[in-house]
Amino acid sequence: MLLLLLVLLPAAMAGVAYLVRPVPLRLGCLVGTAFVHLAVVGWLWAVPLAPTLSGWLAIDPLGLLVLSVVSLLFAVVAVYAVGFLRTEPPRGGRVFVTGLLGFLAGSTLVAVSHHLALLWVGMETTTLALAPLVYHRHDRRSLEAVWKYLLLSSVGIALALLGTFFVAAAQTSGRPLILEDLVSGGAGLQPALLRTAFVFLLVGYGTKMGLAPLHAWKPDTYGEAPSLVSGLMAGGLTSCAFLGLARITEVTMAAGQAAFVEPLLLAFGLVSLVVAAAFIIGQADLKRLLAYSSVEHMGLLVLGLGLGGVGPYGTVLHLVNNGLTKGFMFLAVGNVVLVTGSASSEAARGILRRLPVSGVVLLLGLFAVTGSPPFGLFLSEFTILNAAIAQGHPWIALAVVLLLALIFVGMAAVVLEVVYRPAETPAPAPRESLLLVAGPILLLLAVLLLGLWVPPPLHRVLLDAARGLGVAP
Amino acid sequence: MSGLHDLLLLCVVLTNFWVLGTTRMSSTIRATAIQGTLLAALPVALHPGWSLHMLGLAAGTFLVKAVVLPTFLSWAIREAAVRREVEPLIGFSMSLTLGAMAVALSFGIAQHIPLPESASSLLIPVALSTVMVGLLVLTTRNKALSQVIGYLVLENGIYVFGLSQVERVPFLVELGVLLDIFVGIFIMGIVVFHINRAFDSLDSTRLTELKD
Amino acid sequence: MLGPFLTLLLLLAAAPALPGIATRTRAALTGRRGAPTLQLYRDLAKLLRKNVVYSRTTTPVFRLGPIVVVATVVVAATLLPLDGHTALFGFTGDLVAFTGLLGLGRFALVLAGLDTGSSFEGMGASREVTVSAFAEPALFLCFTVLVLATGELSLGGMLGERLAAVWGSTAPSLVLAAAALFMLALAETSRVPVDDPATHLELTMIHEVIVLDHSGPELAMILFGNAVKLALFAALVVSVLVPLGRLQPWLAGVVMLGGMGLVAVAVGIVESCMARLRMNRVPQFLVAAAALAVFGVILLLR
Repeated sequence: MLLLLLVLLPAAMAGVAYLVRPVPLRLGCLVGTAFVHLAVVGWLWAVPLAPTLSGWLAIDPLGLLVLSVVSLLFAVVAVYAVGFLRTEPPRGGRVFVTGLLGFLAGSTLVAVSHHLALLWVGMETTTLALAPLVYHRHDRRSLEAVWKYLLLSSVGIALALLGTFFVAAAQTSGRPLILEDLVSGGAGLQPALLRTAFVFLLVGYGTKMGLAPLHAWKPDTYGEAPSLVSGLMAGGLTSCAFLGLARITEVTMAAGQAAFVEPLLLAFGLVSLVVAAAFIIGQADLKRLLAYSSVEHMGLLVLGLGLGGVGPYGTVLHLVNNGLTKGFMFLAVGNVVLVTGSASSEAARGILRRLPVSGVVLLLGLFAVTGSPPFGLFLSEFTILNAAIAQGHPWIALAVVLLLALIFVGMAAVVLEVVYRPAETPAPAPRESLLLVAGPILLLLAVLLLGLWVPPPLHRVLLDAARGLGVAP
Repeated sequence: MSGLHDLLLLCVVLTNFWVLGTTRMSSTIRATAIQGTLLAALPVALHPGWSLHMLGLAAGTFLVKAVVLPTFLSWAIREAAVRREVEPLIGFSMSLTLGAMAVALSFGIAQHIPLPESASSLLIPVALSTVMVGLLVLTTRNKALSQVIGYLVLENGIYVFGLSQVERVPFLVELGVLLDIFVGIFIMGIVVFHINRAFDSLDSTRLTELKD
Repeated sequence: MLGPFLTLLLLLAAAPALPGIATRTRAALTGRRGAPTLQLYRDLAKLLRKNVVYSRTTTPVFRLGPIVVVATVVVAATLLPLDGHTALFGFTGDLVAFTGLLGLGRFALVLAGLDTGSSFEGMGASREVTVSAFAEPALFLCFTVLVLATGELSLGGMLGERLAAVWGSTAPSLVLAAAALFMLALAETSRVPVDDPATHLELTMIHEVIVLDHSGPELAMILFGNAVKLALFAALVVSVLVPLGRLQPWLAGVVMLGGMGLVAVAVGIVESCMARLRMNRVPQFLVAAAALAVFGVILLLR
């Protein structure tokens, strides 16, 4: 019951936020819902829950991880949004807040749903809820971005629906499309249909994740949407999409099709890394840069999934780290954009002088997002490399290291220029509002902490999640 | 070859050809409206025996796919004042030929892959061919509204496929799917309206400002 | 032997009525009275009485054109089983001969048109040949449907008793083939939406402009040939749609004639509903007919 409430609360509050007139009340809805949601998720860590609605909704380790990332990120973004909507042109943000809460509802549904079709409904809801947010600025560029986003995401999601129907067709016993029954009845699943289903779901959810070569919408969308929306997408939406992919991988592995699945995952992972590296070098726009970095990290997630052994542990750790890192990076860039009006490295210069706190966050974030110690991403990337060597793919490990080095160089060039290079015309240094920097600093510290020490409860949940994913025949 | 459902499925393929071959936008919308009506009649024809599940699905599908969405798209056309589609990327004749090849391919696939059993042997091939035709329209047309119609046809094809699993996927989820598709197309229509206002045309080849 | 011969004569005698029926239907639907149904007979009679005028730039090829047109069309008519049972002549693979004969007639007409050296005829000739380049594959696809349905390779077999036997199980494919044949009939006999027979602007014509220079009995032969071509296609459509093989030969003949009349009415209805297509849309129209036939083939291949 609690799980159902967890989904319905943001949905209901979205409706309330749309109808309510006074702006402070609307913002109060947003922040209030975010913190209630976070509190409930925190409670779920402490108290395990039984599945409800005849197995449709349940909370398992992987779902709990994704839910926590989304909830934490959303709470930070909600606080940031209060400051953001104050500095943006006064439009009250009615559609903005409604869209954000709709996204929360949809992604919660994705995380707690153990019925594959219900998961799809949640995924589609998040896609649609974010569309008006991408178009927030109402100019030609964001119009083009939202059109590409809508079209490509919708086609991807449609193919994912086809894949879901194929899974239903492949199932011969048990409750239809319920995850537990699919995994336990793995041997009874029709292999040809299951493989077709996997391909469709890989393409569908891969488009939502932003895996290359299905990533074409990502740079444009992340570049044109308001930074906090991009951060939410990069941290939250991608995690939800990855969850969808992880579910079908779990089912397919349990049915003994690992030999079919692993090469596909490895291929997509490597292609994503190569594409990301190729487009990061020479990239001038900060938000597009982070979009390609997101493609890179999605590639790493999928790579870890396909490697097996200790790979899935690295993947789930990376999921958490990446979500938090992308969140604070985009928020820091958002502060830059609010002050300079553009995210391009030609326009935004000398940030360290103008916005000292955001500049430091951006600088440290550069090291975090490229996987340098002591930040959390280093640990997860190292685990995945470990898995590559241990599972007998040394060439993959070598390629990944080279590509990561290239990506570091490309990103450093841009970020260092933005942070250090003095601007041509000295500009005023505004006071940085607490609302706009508290969240990023908090997330940065969390990622730093995770790089040094993984708390035992988290470690336990990570192990359980990885065990579910790493089932080899 | 017998039964109402086979006839309905054949007509679905004919509406696909209609969408591929016509140049007038209002004509394509009429074709999708008729396709929606056929799709609404399909669950009842496939499973004789009037269960509430079937009737609800049929009514919901008819309402969304045959009434609301075509009306909304016609409104969008009138707002954008677009009457005709310009010559698409591969030409109309080529589109028709590719559509016929897609039908042949889906029938071929249906015979060689162990696809799910269903009341009609035409169900899976027609579903696959409709999906392919939808993708064809989506990728080769220039006007933004035609791309939305291609997406609609794609979703119709997936819906036909889903009919073969209608016992496995419960009613509530199907409603959710229908609602999502409706809202999706609604939002696309709004964006099309904005595109028309900003660019003064619906030509999607003009949306090329963002690039690396 | 007598029965098929009689039905052939009956077809040739009735053919000139069909364009009249189509025109009369079109007029009725557009609120006019229109020319009398049997007007073409009177026109033929009038033209036969007249003298022939030859242009100075023409050669014997010009005089050969109309004769070849009539000859090929009449020979093609002998290949069809007009009473639903037997054709006057027939052999395995005569469907190719049928198409070839129609093509030969068209070729002769086009040559005669080019022979005059006028640019109008040349323009019409190139358009006519383009239309036929798209129409012939579609016609072969329709025949493929019939071949797959009946397993026979001669027109007499395909459209006769064998078709009546398999008619029930292959009905959808046959309906699609009949629709494609109807669209081809419109293209081959130069009716709307491919070509408007009522237009008087040469730049918009396809067939009419090729025969501009013909006069007297030769023009009569061309008009008669066109009418018989319409009758042939109408007969094809009726044979595919109605299982004539189940009826007695004399009854089948009557039904055939009635069906041909109905097809002419349908042509008239289509002519009054549609406008003529732009020239570059005509191939699209024919590709659509071919697509319908392909779909019919696919249904039979399962």
